[in-house]
Amino acid sequence: MDSKRRDFLKIAGLTAIAGIAAPSAFNTLLKGEANASAQAVADKACPAVTGKRYGMVIDVKKFTENPGLADQCVSACHTIHNVPDFGNKKDEIKWIWVESYSHVFPENTQYKRPDVLKDMPILTLCNHCDNPPCVRACPTKATYKKKDGIVGMDYHRCIGCRFCMAACPYGARSFNWRDPRGKDANGQPFIKAENSKYPTRMRGVVEKCNFCTERLAIGQIPACVEVATQTKALVFGDMNDPDSEISQVLKTSFTIQRNPAIGTRPSLFYII
Amino acid sequence: MYGKGRIIPALILFLGLMTTPMWYKSGDAGKMPKPEKPKDYTECVAPTAYMRTSHMVLLNEWRDDILREGGSRVGKTANGTEYVRSLQNGCMKCHNDKKKFCDACHNYTSVKPYCWDCHLQPKEAM
Repeated sequence: MDSKRRDFLKIAGLTAIAGIAAPSAFNTLLKGEANASAQAVADKACPAVTGKRYGMVIDVKKFTENPGLADQCVSACHTIHNVPDFGNKKDEIKWIWVESYSHVFPENTQYKRPDVLKDMPILTLCNHCDNPPCVRACPTKATYKKKDGIVGMDYHRCIGCRFCMAACPYGARSFNWRDPRGKDANGQPFIKAENSKYPTRMRGVVEKCNFCTERLAIGQIPACVEVATQTKALVFGDMNDPDSEISQVLKTSFTIQRNPAIGTRPSLFYII
Repeated sequence: MYGKGRIIPALILFLGLMTTPMWYKSGDAGKMPKPEKPKDYTECVAPTAYMRTSHMVLLNEWRDDILREGGSRVGKTANGTEYVRSLQNGCMKCHNDKKKFCDACHNYTSVKPYCWDCHLQPKEAM
């Protein structure tokens, strides 16, 4: 054979490139990933509808028309769920709370807004995101997304690492720095009136709104929605059911979500 | 061996004293716990033998099923009696005295479950 050293190196190089590239090229083509990738992006933006997805519409104007209603909603929720009141902002535990417009919608423009918005009490709670960052962050699977769209918590599993609190873009999670069963300096218990049907939490766990999953299970509506029934300030229901009240409201009213650009797909909608 | 007249008896005495707790109560399991059973109910959610050994497994199964899978909150006993699948609202409805029921065995076996760090025990029994 009269092969030159130069030719041998050329052939060897080509063989090596073909050997490395061929399997990955075949895999891509055989699995159809090249064609499907565009479809996958579209699916992610608008996932197929399966099962229930609970959501809530908050009509902010109704809370201005009915002063005190927001606080009634908060106290109803916190009483039922044995949420402690530690009496200071630093240790505060909140499942549902009242915030200002600029804090609830910081990503929206605050420039030349109507004056009335400044003092408006805006009720806010866990958004029960369709794509919840807290669930991804939890190292023990103590928090999870249920089939009905509710982001739940199993306090037994929570190790108190607070990754979920860092992950939640809405500040909907609170950490028990102190023992919720304890008493303040005046000997008053942090939980004013214990609800014997619901547990408390212990020191060192994170807690948040559970969309009243324990009430839904026995055919009741969430506590805050029950308080606001007469005014229709809060509308709760299955967003996947086209005939539900919430679907009708969402279809007919212009609503906004908290920071939709980050892709969490919240289940709370606000009528401003 | 130097000084064996004193060392060996002293060793025997030492071993004897060290093992006192073992032979003092040998052949006696102590007073067996007698958890007080509810008077108004005769049937539990599962057979007594299973409940005695695996009630904690059952509680974990209820918890995971209800919290994560959206399982039913109501169960049925073998005879068809409905009960709430919950420690606080189910078990404690019949076994309403934690001290006389839960604690009786838990203290005997030196088990310290943390159920009551969060769950509330029936008021009248506290």
